[in-house]
Amino acid sequence: MSHGFSPGVLDEVRAVAARYPRSEAALLPVLRVLQGVSGVLGRAEEELAAELLGLEPIRVREAVTFYSLFRQKPAGRHIIQLCVNLSCSMAGAERSLSGLQTKLGIGPEETTPDGRFTLLTVECLGNCDQAPCLMVDGHDHGRVHEEQLDEILGRYP
Amino acid sequence: MTRKRPELMDLTEHLFELDVYRSREGYDAARKALGMCPDAVLAEVRDADLKGRGGAGFPAGVKWGFISRDGGKPVYLCVNADEGEPGTFKDRWLMTHDPHLLLEGIIITAYAVGAHDGFIYVRGEYEAAALRLERAIDEARAAGFLGERIFGTEFGLEVMVHQGAGAYICGEETALLESLEGKRGDPRLKPPFPASVGLFRCPTVINNVETVSNVPRILRDGAEAFRELGRPGDGGTRLFSVSGAVVKPGLYEVPVGAPMKDLIFQHAGGLPPGRTLKAVIPGGLSAPVLRADEIDLPLDGDSLFRAGSMIGSGAVIVIDDGTSMLDVLGIMTRFYAHESCGQCTPCRIGTSWMHKTVVRMASGNGNIEDIDEIARVASAIKGRTLCPLGDAAALPILALVTKFRTEFESRIEECRARNRSW
Repeated sequence: MSHGFSPGVLDEVRAVAARYPRSEAALLPVLRVLQGVSGVLGRAEEELAAELLGLEPIRVREAVTFYSLFRQKPAGRHIIQLCVNLSCSMAGAERSLSGLQTKLGIGPEETTPDGRFTLLTVECLGNCDQAPCLMVDGHDHGRVHEEQLDEILGRYP
Repeated sequence: MTRKRPELMDLTEHLFELDVYRSREGYDAARKALGMCPDAVLAEVRDADLKGRGGAGFPAGVKWGFISRDGGKPVYLCVNADEGEPGTFKDRWLMTHDPHLLLEGIIITAYAVGAHDGFIYVRGEYEAAALRLERAIDEARAAGFLGERIFGTEFGLEVMVHQGAGAYICGEETALLESLEGKRGDPRLKPPFPASVGLFRCPTVINNVETVSNVPRILRDGAEAFRELGRPGDGGTRLFSVSGAVVKPGLYEVPVGAPMKDLIFQHAGGLPPGRTLKAVIPGGLSAPVLRADEIDLPLDGDSLFRAGSMIGSGAVIVIDDGTSMLDVLGIMTRFYAHESCGQCTPCRIGTSWMHKTVVRMASGNGNIEDIDEIARVASAIKGRTLCPLGDAAALPILALVTKFRTEFESRIEECRARNRSW
């Protein structure tokens, strides 16, 4: 194999696959591991997943392009997911979004030039009693109005 | 001596730790169930009239009864924790605060249907909930509540957390199975139903987190006690995720059949000062909207169905007079256009078509006939798709443009006027 992944990564992928009754079922968790390592799911990650799970490469590409949490483009160090569905919108998500856009100088789907943040608008995050809400990486932040943005962004250097 | 607790929600601190959970009679119901024969456990849950809490409302015990335990194939249990219906956050709470309750429900359910492998399909965004569940599984296994020979019986069970990767459609049970098999979340044609051909083409039970979390108390307190909490044919209590224009948005538990007005005006504190009620979406974004004068209803599946809506996932979104229904419609059409898997042409084309029409209306280039066009497209989706997403898009959109037609007419005129240039 000439993929350039460390033995540690390969071991982790194999351990994930071994937990499932059939290896193809491990595709989503394996892709999550590889995206965590590389930050992106490019050709090398797709080929590795296909090889280790014994899948046709097209099957891997289908999954990568279907699920919104999988990324084919590199993202910033931190990913902001701002909910713009109904409850958050009623609670002022648009103002939070324009506040973020001003502070970061980027629009949705864009990454700051220093590579620190990628800004995404997403549908319901299931945190509607804390509207307007957002997630940075795996962390939830609720009742996020413009005044809280600096403090939240400051936590993600 | 066990005591009857009428609530599902237990606010005890650190309940996610096994010791605390056990101090609340935790795992006693599973121990009791594993001392019974599986058919008796199944009968108890069937007699409790526990309806599914995920959206479709199918009686859990009846669903379990479709499983053939001795068909020569393994039986799988899948817990649907892909909570994606906008407005819903109850399963997040249950998994984060009371993960052992879900595990105990899984043990009992698996025992009743003869499953030895259980999967909890958690939506990709629920990182904290997935972590709590993983820890709870490790604790339960170390205590001998999972793994081989549970409670010293012949019964063994392995449970694992499987995280999704961002797709609303995977909350649909057959899409969930496809996703769990490592594929795109494209729903399957039914029949065959998952009870006969499910995960890896084996018999499979799929239940929502809240549904399974209700199972331990049915075994602990008995079917009758559970049934009596609710309404005939629809037992127990339900968790309602209340959000939108209320003073205290949050998660509230009320008996099945409790008045919707109590939930909104007492539990959630009513609307903020100076605002008046315009509409309520009673069961998640996919539930047809109710006007303010239509909410004098009991919160149970049949009553909401008769009122032309649905109880769905129990997500109550309160809309006040300051909210434009054109904004609500735009959010709705964008959501379904984004989440349609694309397999069925009416849904794939129709949801995007409706969204483009709303965008045109909002940009000042719409006209009154666009309202009819949206209704026509929605009607063309309804009943013509493999899975319920088509109806989940069509019905709330139809209700919105029908019930608030006058507002849409004036919004279209307002947008046109704003767009006018000389």
